[in-house]
Amino acid sequence: MELIRKYPKLFQWLFLLIVFFALCFAIDVPETYKFIRGQAEFIKDPNQSSYVLFGKEVRYYAFDVFWRLPPLLGWLPIWINDSLFFLMNEWMPMEFWNEDTQEFKTRPLVLQITRNVTSFMTFLIELIREILLGGLNTIVAFSSWDWIDANPWAELPGLPWTIVAAGATILAYKLSGKGLALFAALVMIYISIFGQWKPSMQTLSFILVAAPLSFIFGLGLGVAAFKSKRVEKTLYPILLVMQTMPQYAVLVPAIVLFGVGDHAAVIITMVVAVPPMILLTLLGLRGISPEVIEAGKMSGCSNWQLMSKVLIPTARRDILIGVNQVIMVCFSMAVISAFIGAKGLGFNLLLALNQLNIGLALEAGLCISLIAILLDKMSLAWANKQIDYFGNLTFFQRHKNTFFFGIAVILGILFAYFGSFYFKEGYNYLFEIPHNKGISTADFWNKGVDWIFDTFFVYIKAFNTWLIVDVLQPMRALYLRMPAVATLVLVVGAGYIIGGIRSALVVCGLTLFIALSPWWDRALVTTYMATFGVIISCIIGFTVGTLCFQNKNSASFMLGVCDIFQTFPSFVYLIPVMMLFGITDTSVLIAVIVYATIPATRYTIEGLRSVPTALHDAATMSGVTKFQRLFKIEFPLAFPHMMLGLNQTIVFALFMVIIGAFIGTEDLGQYILKALSDKKGAGIGLTLGICVAFIGLIFDNLIRTWVDQRKKHLGIN
Amino acid sequence: MSDPIIKCEGVYKIFGENAKKMLEEANGNVDAKTFQENGCIVGVNNASFEVLKGEMLVVMGLSGSGKSTLLRCISRLTEATGGKIFIEGQNLLQLNNKELIDLRRNKMGMVFQSFALLPHKTVLENIAFPLQIKGIKTEDSISKAMEMVKLVGLDGRENYFPRELSGGQQQRVGIARSLAVEPDIWFLDEPFSALDPLIRKEMQDEFLRLQEKLQKTIMFITHDFDEALKLADRIAIMKDGVIEQLDTPANIVLNPATEYVRKFTEEVPREKVLIIEDVMEASAKDNLSDLKVSKNEIIENVAEKILTQEKTVAVVDENNEIIGSINPSKIINTVFGGRKNNS
Repeated sequence: MELIRKYPKLFQWLFLLIVFFALCFAIDVPETYKFIRGQAEFIKDPNQSSYVLFGKEVRYYAFDVFWRLPPLLGWLPIWINDSLFFLMNEWMPMEFWNEDTQEFKTRPLVLQITRNVTSFMTFLIELIREILLGGLNTIVAFSSWDWIDANPWAELPGLPWTIVAAGATILAYKLSGKGLALFAALVMIYISIFGQWKPSMQTLSFILVAAPLSFIFGLGLGVAAFKSKRVEKTLYPILLVMQTMPQYAVLVPAIVLFGVGDHAAVIITMVVAVPPMILLTLLGLRGISPEVIEAGKMSGCSNWQLMSKVLIPTARRDILIGVNQVIMVCFSMAVISAFIGAKGLGFNLLLALNQLNIGLALEAGLCISLIAILLDKMSLAWANKQIDYFGNLTFFQRHKNTFFFGIAVILGILFAYFGSFYFKEGYNYLFEIPHNKGISTADFWNKGVDWIFDTFFVYIKAFNTWLIVDVLQPMRALYLRMPAVATLVLVVGAGYIIGGIRSALVVCGLTLFIALSPWWDRALVTTYMATFGVIISCIIGFTVGTLCFQNKNSASFMLGVCDIFQTFPSFVYLIPVMMLFGITDTSVLIAVIVYATIPATRYTIEGLRSVPTALHDAATMSGVTKFQRLFKIEFPLAFPHMMLGLNQTIVFALFMVIIGAFIGTEDLGQYILKALSDKKGAGIGLTLGICVAFIGLIFDNLIRTWVDQRKKHLGIN
Repeated sequence: MSDPIIKCEGVYKIFGENAKKMLEEANGNVDAKTFQENGCIVGVNNASFEVLKGEMLVVMGLSGSGKSTLLRCISRLTEATGGKIFIEGQNLLQLNNKELIDLRRNKMGMVFQSFALLPHKTVLENIAFPLQIKGIKTEDSISKAMEMVKLVGLDGRENYFPRELSGGQQQRVGIARSLAVEPDIWFLDEPFSALDPLIRKEMQDEFLRLQEKLQKTIMFITHDFDEALKLADRIAIMKDGVIEQLDTPANIVLNPATEYVRKFTEEVPREKVLIIEDVMEASAKDNLSDLKVSKNEIIENVAEKILTQEKTVAVVDENNEIIGSINPSKIINTVFGGRKNNS
């Protein structure tokens, strides 16, 4: 009794575990239960039961309710589909003027709107693409094909690569100085020489459209949320779900609304990139000292003046960090949106992976990563750059960068012009180096992969078999063996012990949604893969983080490495693992582990660093050893921050597990991928995406609640 | 007597959801405890006072006493829950947004504890900011701002950014900014509290010099009683939202109205606060010493002279006419006597 009173939480946990295992043993596996259930609602099987809700028939395999809950939400995807179809094709038909046929045409409103958005986006992308690469479409948009035929000179010529490279270098110099300028020049020359110019510029043009649009929408919504509590309350749950929603899942409904192509990719990217922008705008605006706002008001600012002249400039740094985030999301989407036909490096990467041409994939992946790192560094430099006073500079000093760029443009054009005489036969290398004329290392890499396979095949295979047979299969079986009710009790119980009734209810709702969807089994598989990845990642991350923390230089170095790794578009991680482990679950899990170790390491170092120096000194003065200090002072204080790292690790792991569907898994991700090519996939894709997001949110809720309490307890803000 | 520039009648500020309704039900009898039980926090409780033209009212109180809230009610940065506030006869609480902006652009200036400078603007641009907001041409606003830079003694640093200045210099910018539109009413919210003691003293002297020149109507917030005594024409001492006493520094030191006020005055060196007039006897006696002291002298400055006299000393007014007398024993009594013996 004394013990129970002393450690009430411990006994609550013990009790919960006992109940959980008791339920697991009490509820038997039904004889008819098989894991592979297919997409139950689409296959007619006499063993299935069915019910009709809201006019939709849902078919499913019935089991004991304790073992698996019936898919009461099975109608949801069908209903989403039908609603989308209705919106697009039947709702609010109106007369619209058609420019091509010169007559009024009846079209549903939503369809018309999406078509208009589509053509606007397409125009923007074409415009930038043709400035960089040359083409006809922009001029056609302002005139007609007939006019172009009559005036063959009318064509955007495109910039020679030398000019773009010089422009990037000068910009990098302006933002951060010589180091970054050198890096920019090297990246640009590398891209050009290795024949990746055209796809790189296609990707860049896509990002140059998606990023500014995301920025504008994110900033606008962020400001609106800052000003109005109601807007914030409406946005909050959406932002929460979007943070854990796998990017694949958003693709599917977008196909229905906007079709396939670069414009759809831009819209999807905006959907994914706007939430972090909103969050950072809010963070920045919230961080402004109230006195600055009051000073603005007392200066007699109107609402508009207050926002544009006081609030936004003061929150500049956070807002620009938001721009940085937007750019990073754009890069990761540049690859994923290749699934819906976005051109550029991502498309090449995907194609190469599909053909198992690892060398080509590696080249494209390296290229996109390099550009991502470059833009990441540039936007960060922009955010951290402080404005200097320039009133005392001469006209030339003030405009020297513009001036140099002007010279670069003239030189570039001259070079390209002379080049056209010099390289009479074939291609003008001073204008653009085409893909097949660039240096290619693909063969080298492919041979390398072959060599690795020939040399280490036995070992890799042995490791693979061991991992799958002795670790992964049993773990998966364990997860699938959990009766739904037992899982529910475990999760809700944990919620109650950690955060009381409120947390328990939230977690219960999230879990029920997944349990009542037709994909509970798949969700268990996703969870098992993520769990495996998270455990290994945390072990590696916490150890590496703690070791690196012992020395100032190694800690900074490790954080830098984390930064660079985080910049890689998530898809790129699949290339090396496929190189080594081929198409197996092991590949996916290793990609998951590599990717998810980043936040684990980063948060460990940051957490340990955040322990106040005064405490360090106090501890040293009371004569602790290094280990005592680590275990008695640094770990307990850093632990809440490290738990936030765990939270991020889980989100990262889930992301990668879902992306791993590309290699071939049999979890929720695979179904999302399938939904991409399904005519009626929109509803399924969206519901599956929400399921994944909810898995993330369950952990997010539990960990955050715990961390908040712990921080309050420790008095850390 | 001139008209009051600022006039408050029964101003209340109560934070909480049903504040307005509860205030009506309380019927002018607000008790902080009952309000707190109902989830409301009383910030300002029935504040009534006037500030005259050219007068400096210092509001003194410890943190949480509601002094800053009171100031924000009067500048309408927060909306008062009840009561009336008049600025030059205008009913402040009934102004619409446009009129309020107009009032702030032309009549009010405010200085903040944390300086509240805009980090992306230079000193000059910060000072010109309220002028540009008003819509004044860039050239004119810059030349006006330059005047202000000179006024607060920052010439040569006008193109620095706030991040390049020390705290004292930043607050000079804050002061210059608040004065740029030449407001009649000047609000200062603990302007020197974030500064080091030496800089603080320097800034206080500078502030007195400015006020001598400008003669603004001032509400000055501080938690430092010495600062209040040094600067104020009148002091309002606040506790838990209530103004405990509002009087001249001398009266507060000599006749503290409540126990709370007395605690502040105990440690105050009176000879530094009081002037001869405060302690003299109004009757001019015979047998006076040859020494004459002005009634406006601070005691500390003349104490030594008076104490060397054996006879009673005559007190004279501005026209050198004798209006009273003071005995050396009275000085000793003022400096050492009449205090609670707490040792």
